[in-house]
Amino acid sequence: MVHAMTLNGRTAVLEGLADHPALKAILAWNPEALADAKFDRGELTLTIQPERIAAAAATVLAAGYNFLEDLTAVDWFPLSPRFQVSYHILSHLNKEHIRLRVLLEGSDPAVDSLTSVWPSANYYEREVFDLFGIRFEGHPNLRRIMMPDEWEGHPLRKDYPVEGYR
Amino acid sequence: MVDSVGTPILQAPPAEGAKDQHMVINMGPQHPATHGVLRLVLEIDGEIIVRVYPEIGYLHTGIEKTCEAKFYQQVVPLTDRVNYLDPLSNNLCYALAVEKLLGLEIPEKAQWLRVLLAELSRLNSHLIWLGTHAMDIGALTVFLYTFREREEILRIFEGLAGQRMMTSYIRIGGLAMEPPLDFLDRVQGFIRSLPEKIDEYSNLLTGNPIFRGRLQGVGYLSPADAIALGVTGPPMRASGVDFDLRRDIPYSGYEKFQFQVPTSTVGDCWARYEVRLIEMRESIKIIQQALDGMPEGSVKADAPKIVLPDREKMKTQMEALIHHFKIVTEGFNVPAGEVYQGIEAGHGQTGYYVVSDGTAKPYRVHMRYPSFATLQALETMCKGRMIADMVAVIGSIDIVLGEIDR
Repeated sequence: MVHAMTLNGRTAVLEGLADHPALKAILAWNPEALADAKFDRGELTLTIQPERIAAAAATVLAAGYNFLEDLTAVDWFPLSPRFQVSYHILSHLNKEHIRLRVLLEGSDPAVDSLTSVWPSANYYEREVFDLFGIRFEGHPNLRRIMMPDEWEGHPLRKDYPVEGYR
Repeated sequence: MVDSVGTPILQAPPAEGAKDQHMVINMGPQHPATHGVLRLVLEIDGEIIVRVYPEIGYLHTGIEKTCEAKFYQQVVPLTDRVNYLDPLSNNLCYALAVEKLLGLEIPEKAQWLRVLLAELSRLNSHLIWLGTHAMDIGALTVFLYTFREREEILRIFEGLAGQRMMTSYIRIGGLAMEPPLDFLDRVQGFIRSLPEKIDEYSNLLTGNPIFRGRLQGVGYLSPADAIALGVTGPPMRASGVDFDLRRDIPYSGYEKFQFQVPTSTVGDCWARYEVRLIEMRESIKIIQQALDGMPEGSVKADAPKIVLPDREKMKTQMEALIHHFKIVTEGFNVPAGEVYQGIEAGHGQTGYYVVSDGTAKPYRVHMRYPSFATLQALETMCKGRMIADMVAVIGSIDIVLGEIDR
């Protein structure tokens, strides 16, 4: 369960995990889209340029990473870039997870929707839109999902007050 | 502030090719067959379902936000409340995620007990599913039978954790305490009698022409749709996708157990019923193996700064008292990083995504729960069928609104 090996940074991962199917597929498609990479605690994280995420997802899908397990975001306020969107993708064939992520600038960020690659991204993206205020371009129905439609603010943002009256 | 860009359900344009007689009706959130507070807006043509819009969020309590304000060990009781029918799986998944962040090794006995408890919890979840599903279809008797067996599981949990449903028994670094002396005997007694009980349910339902008629051929889901729509667990396996995290990406020592993963290629409600019944029998086998091979040793990891000391030690040893005080008042720091841990819970794949910034409180906890994704497949399964079939489909995908809304 404990994985001693940690590879930090793009170069180290490219050297250490040259045979990884997802990594190979991404490099064969467009090496520039891979902004950063990390292998930590047995999990591979590939940071993708935000404008290329949908194509990157289609690439790993073609490489056998067929199941979108989870899609969520992290707010790194007040750091910049502020938002991170994490995509956890499972391969039924390779029996392995990978994580793609994009980093988004600003307080009104937008990124391409993955609903065209995995229809299951629909609810997850609505949840992230609702709770973080990240817009997903090309989403078929980007409405709030947890909070009421008329709600103001996005509760999982770090600058959202946790006590007192709204 | 970002504005919503979608259309509210009730003002949505009618489906393509809609005729004048299409009607929009509301089902839930207080409808008994929706298993909680699920609201479905149905567009129907007579009795035929044209479109389904699930409306969720009635149980949203912001658990993920609450987690960010708690110490790592204080999140464990919150996880019970997410999927309240399968509490030990939630505890297990969260504990595994944090242990992965910490790089903590768990003693073998704790791992085996965790497997045993996760399977008992799965039985608990499947028994409730069977009872309520059969009740929705009109077979009321089965409900009384399955809840009789479930009561015994809850009594075992109560003896173990002092709580029937909100157990919080699996903690970071092991288990809360040694199980009581009669625990293994009670579990043995329970699983010895359970196969007969499952035969009894099967006798009541499998040959029942009404039950068959309501389930067979209803709610078909193809394997490609199951993957595309994020369906996991028994509904996915009933559609012919042979994948189970317990077997394929084992955690907590599952690789040491022998069990079959039932699948079916039929993909209807009946297949889901059959798959879950076999899963229950396989769970019994796993529990039996855990009982037979239960290793000796401690149920807590040797990590005094993370795991609370035993009461006895805390009252008699200065060191232990200091550690206890520190953990309770300040928590423990977790090295920065992000991990995702998935497990196979009763309803499907549960996953915890925990991000640490190096402090004693999680920076972000995201809970991936199977029902949330499975609900997206509802429209695919119900389109073109009668409203009454919808009740069968909702029962067969076994959703819990607590885990959908979180």
